[in-house]
Amino acid sequence: MIGFRTRAAEPPSAPAAGAELAEAAGLAVRLGGRPVLTGIDLTVRAGEVLTLVGPNGAGKSTLLAALAADVAPAEGRLLVDGRPAADWTARELAFRRAVLPQAATVSFPFTVAEVVAMGRAPWAGTAAEDEDDVRVAEAMAATEVAGFADRPFGALSGGERARVALARVLAQRTGLLLLDEPTAALDLRHQEQVMRICRELAEAGRGVVVVLHDLGLAAAWADRAAVLRGGRLAAVGAPEEVFTEGLLGEVYGHPVRVLADPETGAPLIVPRRPRRGEAAGADG
Amino acid sequence: MTAPTATGRRAAAEPDPAGPPAARERGMRGPGSGRIALLTSGLVAALVAVALVSAATGAYAIPLGDVVDSVLHRARLGGEPLDRVGESVLWDARLPRVVLAVLVGAALGCAGALMQGVFGNPLAEPGVIGISSGAAVGAVAAIAFGLDFLGDWTITVFAFVAGLGTVLLVYVLSRSEGRTEVVTLILTGIAVNAFAGALIGLCVFFADNAQISGITFWQLGSLAQATWPKVLAVLPCAAVGLLVAPWFARRLDLLALGERPARHLGVDVERLRVVLILVTALLTASAVAMAGIITFVGLLVPHLLRMVAGPGHRFLLPGSALGGALVLVSADLVARTAAQPAELPLGVLTALIGSPFFFWLLRRTRRRQGGWA
Repeated sequence: MIGFRTRAAEPPSAPAAGAELAEAAGLAVRLGGRPVLTGIDLTVRAGEVLTLVGPNGAGKSTLLAALAADVAPAEGRLLVDGRPAADWTARELAFRRAVLPQAATVSFPFTVAEVVAMGRAPWAGTAAEDEDDVRVAEAMAATEVAGFADRPFGALSGGERARVALARVLAQRTGLLLLDEPTAALDLRHQEQVMRICRELAEAGRGVVVVLHDLGLAAAWADRAAVLRGGRLAAVGAPEEVFTEGLLGEVYGHPVRVLADPETGAPLIVPRRPRRGEAAGADG
Repeated sequence: MTAPTATGRRAAAEPDPAGPPAARERGMRGPGSGRIALLTSGLVAALVAVALVSAATGAYAIPLGDVVDSVLHRARLGGEPLDRVGESVLWDARLPRVVLAVLVGAALGCAGALMQGVFGNPLAEPGVIGISSGAAVGAVAAIAFGLDFLGDWTITVFAFVAGLGTVLLVYVLSRSEGRTEVVTLILTGIAVNAFAGALIGLCVFFADNAQISGITFWQLGSLAQATWPKVLAVLPCAAVGLLVAPWFARRLDLLALGERPARHLGVDVERLRVVLILVTALLTASAVAMAGIITFVGLLVPHLLRMVAGPGHRFLLPGSALGGALVLVSADLVARTAAQPAELPLGVLTALIGSPFFFWLLRRTRRRQGGWA
C-alpha cells in the first residue's frame, strides 16, 4: 500500500574467501562541518579480524559508522560488497553487514530472547527465515545469555546488555560484522570470549571490524590493526608490525613499552609509569 | 557450554545441539500466544458487553434484551424492533454515541501506542505532548471564524491539518542526535500546549456566545453531539489509521533499539517515521475533531497492555485500539450517568483518572533511569 518493499531484496550468498566486504578509498567524513576523517584508504576482507585503535576522538567510531554506511562520505567513496553504499537499500545492507553500537539501549521492556530475535528481522520472508530459531539459540549460547532469556533487557547489568547486543548482531549472520567497543563493559573472561568469537567468525570466512581500547587485546586477537590519529590512518598492518613503542608513544602522547608475551609472543603494550614514591614532581 | 558454537560454517552444518531448548522454542514469540488470545477475546467480550449496557442505560431505560433484539432486527438476523420511542432513542441518540465512543477510543488508544513506538518513549501521548490541543486549535478556529466551506468535513480537515502541523513541530523540536529524551519531549509538550492554549484563547476572544459554547465543548471533550453523519465523517480516518497501523508492528519493535540499529536491521527509518507520524496525526485529529480534547487514553491503555502482554507491537497496536474503545465507552457511560440529569465532560473525566496515573508513570520512569538525563 505504501510500497516499502518495491525492489525484491535478494539475500547474497556467503562471501568468497578474501572477498572485499567493504572498501574505503580516499574517504573523508565531516560531521557538523568539522572534518572527522580524512584520506582513509582501508579494505576489509572476508576471513580477517581488523581492529581499529587510537586515542579518544581519533575517529574510530566515525570510521566504523562510515563502513556501516551510517554517515555519507564528504569525499572519496565507500563500497560495500563491491557497490557504493548509497546504492543499496537499508535491507540489502542489512543482509551484508551487522553493527554493534557502543551503548545498547532498548526503549520498551522487551525480553532478552526478543531482542536477540530482532537480529533476524532482515531475513523475514526469505528462505533463511526457517533458520530463525536455530540462529537465535546459537547466538545466545555463544554469548552465554541463554540463562536470562526471559528477563527484560532493561533489567540487565551493563556487561549482560553488551553480550545480549552482541548476540543480536551474531543472529543477523552477515558476512561483515562491525563492532564498536564490544569488550568495554565486560570482565576479563567475557572479553576473551568475545574476541574468541570474532576469531572464529573470521576463520569461518567472515570479516570482523572491531574498535578496541585495549591494545593488548587487539594485538592478541586481530589479524590487522588500523591505528587512527586525528582522523587519519597512522598505520595499518599486522599488530606486531604496527604496535611499536615509537608509533604508539607518539599517537597516544604517552610513552609505552612493548613486550612479548612469554607464551605466545604477541605484543603486550604497557604504559611507562614512574615508580611508586617517585610519582609526583618527576617531570617538574 | 563455554565454547562458542554459534559461529561459522561448522555451526551452519550442524546446528548447535547444546542450544537451550527453552530459548529455541520461545524464538521471537515473547509471552505465550495463548495469553494474548485470551486477552484479546476478553477485551472484545468486555467491549461488546459495555457497549450493550451503555446502549441500554439512560433516562429512558431499555432492557438489554430489547437492545439486542433491535440490533439483530436491523442487521436482518431475526429479532424484532422496539416501539417508536425506544427505536428512536436507541438508534438516533444512544447507538451513534456508543459507536462514536468506540471509534474515538480506538483511534486514541492506537495513536498513543504508535506515538510511543515512534518516539521510543513510553510517555509520548497525543495529549501530553500537545498534539490534541494543536488539533483542537484547528477545530476551534474553524468554529470561531464560522468556516464551513467543506461541509461536515470542515472541522475534521482543520483539526487534521493543525494536528499534523503540531506533530511535525514537536518532532522537530524534541529530537536531538536521533533520540528523543523524555525531558525534552515533556517540555516541548508544555510549550506546545501553552501556545495552543493561547491560540484557542484568541479564537474565544473573537467568537460570539454561540460559538463559545461550541468551543468549550472542544476543550472539555464530549460525545454528547454524536450523530450518524459524524460517525461516518470520522470512520474513514479512523479506519485507515487502524488498518494501516498493525502493518508496521515489526518495524516499530526494531525502532525500540534506536534509530541506527533499526536501520542496520533493514528498516527505512525516515520513511517509517514520516508514514507513522501521518497515521498518528490522522488518528488523533479524527478523534479530536469529533470529541474534543480527551487526554490520557493513549497513555494509560498501551501501558497497561505492555505490562500484561509485553511490548511487542503486533499485539500492542490492535490491542490498544480495543482497549481504548473499551475505556472510552465505559468512561462515556459514567459521564452520562454519574450526575444525571447533568452530564460530566468526558475529557475532564479521563483527565481526572489519567493524570494521577501519568504522575505515577513519571515517577516510575524517573526512578528506573536514576533521574532525568
